[in-house]
Amino acid sequence: MRLELEKRAETSKRMSVLSPLIAIALTGISVTLMFIALGVAPLAGLHAFFVEPLTSVWSWEELLVKAGPLVLIAVGLSVCFLSNTWNIGAEGQFTMGAIFGSVIPVLYFDFTSAWALPLMILMGALGGMVWAAIPALLRTKFNTNEILVSLMLVYVAQYLLDFLVRGPWRDPDGFNFPESRLFDAAHVLPKFGDGRLHLGIALAVVAVLLIWFLLAKSLKGFEIKVIGQAPRAGRFAGFSQNRTIWFGFLLSGAFAGIAGLSEVSGAIEQLTPVISPGYGFTAIIVAFLGRLNPIGIVFAGLLLGLSYLGGEAAQVSVGISNKMTNVFQGMLLFYVLACDILILYRLRLVRSAPAKEAS
Amino acid sequence: MRKIVKLAATAAIALGLGTGAALSADPLKVGFIYVGPVGDHGWSYQHDQGRKAIEAKFGDKVETTYIESVPEGADAERAIERLARSGHELIFTTSFGYMNATLKVAKKFPKVKFEHATGYKRAKNVSTYGSRFYQGRYVLGQIAAKVSKVGTAGYIGSFPIPEVVRGMNSFMLGAQSVNPDFKIKTIWVNSWYNPGAEADAAKALIDQGVDVMLQHTDSPAPLQVAQARGIVGFGQASDMIKFAPEAQLTAIVDKWDNYYVDRVQAVMDGSWKSQDTWGGMDTDMVHMAAFTNLDDEIAAEAQKTIDAITAGTFKPFTGPITKQDGSVYLKDGEVAEDGSLLSMNFFIKGVDDKLPN
Repeated sequence: MRLELEKRAETSKRMSVLSPLIAIALTGISVTLMFIALGVAPLAGLHAFFVEPLTSVWSWEELLVKAGPLVLIAVGLSVCFLSNTWNIGAEGQFTMGAIFGSVIPVLYFDFTSAWALPLMILMGALGGMVWAAIPALLRTKFNTNEILVSLMLVYVAQYLLDFLVRGPWRDPDGFNFPESRLFDAAHVLPKFGDGRLHLGIALAVVAVLLIWFLLAKSLKGFEIKVIGQAPRAGRFAGFSQNRTIWFGFLLSGAFAGIAGLSEVSGAIEQLTPVISPGYGFTAIIVAFLGRLNPIGIVFAGLLLGLSYLGGEAAQVSVGISNKMTNVFQGMLLFYVLACDILILYRLRLVRSAPAKEAS
Repeated sequence: MRKIVKLAATAAIALGLGTGAALSADPLKVGFIYVGPVGDHGWSYQHDQGRKAIEAKFGDKVETTYIESVPEGADAERAIERLARSGHELIFTTSFGYMNATLKVAKKFPKVKFEHATGYKRAKNVSTYGSRFYQGRYVLGQIAAKVSKVGTAGYIGSFPIPEVVRGMNSFMLGAQSVNPDFKIKTIWVNSWYNPGAEADAAKALIDQGVDVMLQHTDSPAPLQVAQARGIVGFGQASDMIKFAPEAQLTAIVDKWDNYYVDRVQAVMDGSWKSQDTWGGMDTDMVHMAAFTNLDDEIAAEAQKTIDAITAGTFKPFTGPITKQDGSVYLKDGEVAEDGSLLSMNFFIKGVDDKLPN
C-alpha cells in the first residue's frame, strides 16, 4: 500500500479561502501541544503569545511598526509573483533603498529643508529600483535565472552597506564604531502616537490600496495575471512578457526600497551594519500566506508581526524560549503549504499489486 | 477521547501552577536583553551567568527576566521598552548595537535605570560598562608564542571594531615579547555567533599550517575544530574546557557577576548613579580559566603576567609600540590612554592583515 497525490479535477473556491484559517487553527493546536510538552500552562502561553500584545495601545503601535515593512514589501512582491516572475531579492532592494535614501542625512546633513524627506523617499524608491533592474535586465536580455541573480544581489547589497558604515560613512564622532551619524530631526519620518508609529506605515497602507486598484480594476493588472498564468495567450493578446518582468521587478524594487528607507529614517534613525531582521525574506512568506491578495497580505503581515511580538512577550511573562517564535512561524508555513496541496490534490490510498492479489 | 481528557487535565494542572505563584514583598525587577541565545556558551551565556549570580545573591528580593536573540536594529527598542513597561527598574542591554535604542527608551522612562554594555553614550539614567578583555589577550599571546612550533597562530575575527582590533594588537604585543617574529593569519567571519562559519574558518587556517587557534567570536566551534585536528587553542568569553578538554590551554572568561550584583545592590540602596566602568583583571571582570594542557613553566610565566596586570604594575599597551605603517604609536615607556584604546582602528607592526575598510 502507498499514498498517492492525485490532482483534483476542480478546486474548491470555498476551501481556498478557508485554507489559511484552517492552517492557523492547526498551528494553534500544535502550539498548544508544545506548551504542554514544555510544561507551560497552555492558556497562559497562548494568552501571552497572541492576546497580550493586543491589549495595549503601545503594543498595537509596535505591531504596526513591525508589520508595516512586511506588508509594503509583500504587496510589491505579489505583483511580481502573480506574473510568474520570481524576485527573491527584496532584502537587497530594501538595503539599497536604505542606502540611497540615506545619502542626504549622511552626506548632506546640512540640507534640512522641507524637501529633504520627500527627496529621501524618492531616493529610497530609486535605490530599490536600481537593484531590482539588474536581475530584470539580465533576465530579459540574456534569459538568466532571476531567482539566483536577485538572491545573490542581497549579499552584495549587505556588504556594500557594511563597507559604507565601517568606512566612508562612519560617524566621525563615533569612536570608529561601525555606524553612521544619527539623522537630523529634519531627516526623520514624522511620528504619531506614543512615539514609534511613523509615516512609513501610512505609505504601506497607500501601497496596499494602489496594488488593490491595479490588480482588481486596471488593464495592467489583467495583463499581469494573464502573463503569469498563460504566457502564450498573453502574447496573442499583445501583452509583452518582458515588459511585465520589468514592471514587476521595478515596482517590487521600489516598494522594498521605500520600506528600507522608512526603516532607517523612521525606526532606527541612522545606518548600522544590520538594518533588517530579514524583512525581505519574511515578506515572501507574507505574500503567499496572504494568497498574493493585497487585503490578505495585510492580515498575513499582522499575523507574522504578532508572532514576533508574541514570542517576545512570552519570554517576559511566561519565560519560554524565543525558539518558540521560530517554531511557530515554521509550523504556520508548513500547514499553509500542506492545506494548499490538499486543495489542488487529493490523497489516495493505492494498494500495491501483491496486496491486491491476496484480497 | 481519553487522550483529550488527559490533555485537558494536564492543561488544568499546568494552568494552576502557572498562576498560583503569589508575590510577597515587591521584588526588584531586573531585565536583560541578549544579542544571542543564552545557550551560545559565549557572550550571552556569560551575561546570563551574571543574571543567575544576582538571583543567587538576592533570592526573592529580585525577579529577573531576559529576552534573548534580540536583533540589533528597530527590534531592540521594542524589546527594551517592553521590559521598561512591564515594571523592570534596572535593565541591562548587553550588546554594542543596542546603544541608541537604549538611550531612546531611557529618555521615555526617566525613572528606570539602564546599563549598556560596551557603549560610549551615557545619560542620567544610563550607565555604560565594559571589560578590558585585551589584558587577557596579552597573556594568550605570550602563551601562544611559547607553544607554537611554527610561530604562527590562526586568528578568527568577528568585526573590525576597536574592541577586536585592540585585542588583536594586545595579543601580538604578548606574542612579540616572546618571539619578535611571531605571525598571525586572520579570517574575518563578519558575525559574532555563527558556529558553521567559525568552524570553516578554523579548518582553513589549520590547512594553512597554523598550530595555535584563537578567536574573537562567541561559539566553541573553532576550539572544537582545533581539538579534532590535534592543535591547541583558547576559549573565548566562557570556560570552554568541556568542549575541548585536550585543546584548551586557558580561556578569557567574561565575569559580570560582581558588577551585576553591585549594580543591583546600588539600586536597592538608592545609591545608583550613571557611570562608566571599564573593569579588568583587578576586579575579576576579566577572569582567566585554569591552565590546562600546558607546561608548568609556561603556566607559571603566564601567571606572573596575570599577577602583574592584576596588581596594576604592568599594562599591555606600554611603549615603544610602532604602528603597522611604521609611525610611532607610543614612545618608550609611554602608557596608552583609555581614549586611544577605546577608538583603536590601526594594527601594530607585525600584523600582516589589513583592516577590512
